[in-house]
Amino acid sequence: MLEINQLEKCFGATQVLKSIDLSVKPGELVFVIGPSGSGKSTMLRCCNRLEEPTSGSILLDSEHVTDCHGRALDKMRLKIGMVFQGFHLYPHKSVLANVMLAQVKALKRSKPEAKARAMEMLEHVGLAHKADAMPSELSGGQQQRVAIARALALDPKVMLFDEPTSALDPELVGSVLKVMKQLRQEGMTMLVVSHEMEFAREAADRVVFMDGGVVVEAGTPEDIFGNPKSERLRAFLSRLQPTTAA
Amino acid sequence: MSFLDTFFDGAVMAKYLPDLLGALVTTLWLSAAIVIAGLSLGLGLACLRTLGRWYLTLPIVAFADISRALPPLVVILVFYFGLPGLGIRLSGPMVLFIVLGGVLAAFAEEIFWAGLTSVPKGQWEAGRATGLSFMQTLFDIALPQAIRLGIPSLVNRALAITKMTALGSVIGVKEILSVSSSAQSFSGSATPLTMAALAYLAIFLPVVIFARLLEKRYT
Repeated sequence: MLEINQLEKCFGATQVLKSIDLSVKPGELVFVIGPSGSGKSTMLRCCNRLEEPTSGSILLDSEHVTDCHGRALDKMRLKIGMVFQGFHLYPHKSVLANVMLAQVKALKRSKPEAKARAMEMLEHVGLAHKADAMPSELSGGQQQRVAIARALALDPKVMLFDEPTSALDPELVGSVLKVMKQLRQEGMTMLVVSHEMEFAREAADRVVFMDGGVVVEAGTPEDIFGNPKSERLRAFLSRLQPTTAA
Repeated sequence: MSFLDTFFDGAVMAKYLPDLLGALVTTLWLSAAIVIAGLSLGLGLACLRTLGRWYLTLPIVAFADISRALPPLVVILVFYFGLPGLGIRLSGPMVLFIVLGGVLAAFAEEIFWAGLTSVPKGQWEAGRATGLSFMQTLFDIALPQAIRLGIPSLVNRALAITKMTALGSVIGVKEILSVSSSAQSFSGSATPLTMAALAYLAIFLPVVIFARLLEKRYT
């Protein structure tokens, strides 16, 4: 489904990604962990070209994401949903309008059609009753769920999550993870960068450990958390809370 | 002479009222034209600047900086008395419109631009990540936020510059100040000037009040 081949990314003279290979199969939830500065988010942002890869290729359903330009790239991005750490809802638009905007402007859906789809997605994340609210009236967890609905409404083939719960108060994290778990059960293909190790153990099909711009280790959650092979992964896990390092 | 006779002489008022009303209309449509043209041009320039091409940015910044630095009166005099030397003859109202419209455009461009740069990068990323083009993201996401941020400064600037239509009095435009000050010389009474002040209030006070409502709504 999503294939990353020999991805490299340099910011000036600093190389932040070194020959990353990673693939996500249809319906799979791949979880990326690693210390901050390891290049996880940059890798994710290369997948929809918010960051321009320095070299390497990214394919979605055997179509080159990395060769698209202009309108073709905009079309490609419709197939790749993204959820940000900071939600990035449009503050001047209602919740409903947030979820409708790209449907109407980019997918060229009619307004009634977009509205119906938006309400369906808001229902899905449990926020249909907030359709007419402004984003500023919502809690962080609610805002993030709206952001997920906004991405889902475009019927993407894959969803990218860039630390979706890192900006949330602890008591609000659960509501967002619940929606993500539900998505996984529905068969959505997901690539998730996050520090929620509990969630990784529970819901991930595969866990990828990145450090220093390379994929150090990848495997099932049991392998990664139960039987870490590399020294770097062991060190990383031991620095986490005792609950997750156990 | 009493205060009332000096500033509110009924006979003088009656005599010059028609002239003053005509001048009020002139000031009104000139101001409207300047505001519409200035804000639209400023908005257009700020949008062009977001493209980030040096060959667009450089002339825009040069235009904005020079227009903001020059006293409008100087430019008005140059256009009105200098350009005919090159065979370009513009009417007084036209000079006023071009110069003040241009100055407002320069300030508006800077205000819109400041608004655009203060829209968080994440807003652009959210737009582009959902398949919106650069232009769609600019018009549907960034600009509405930038305009809201700019409303108070835009209103102040538009007011300050439309009041400069009074500079038309030096190039024979029959706007409020020139009509009232010639009426004042003819009548020897300060009353026409009082009428001018009242006329300006009649035009601009509603604008100021409207601006307050606008700001309350959007900030």
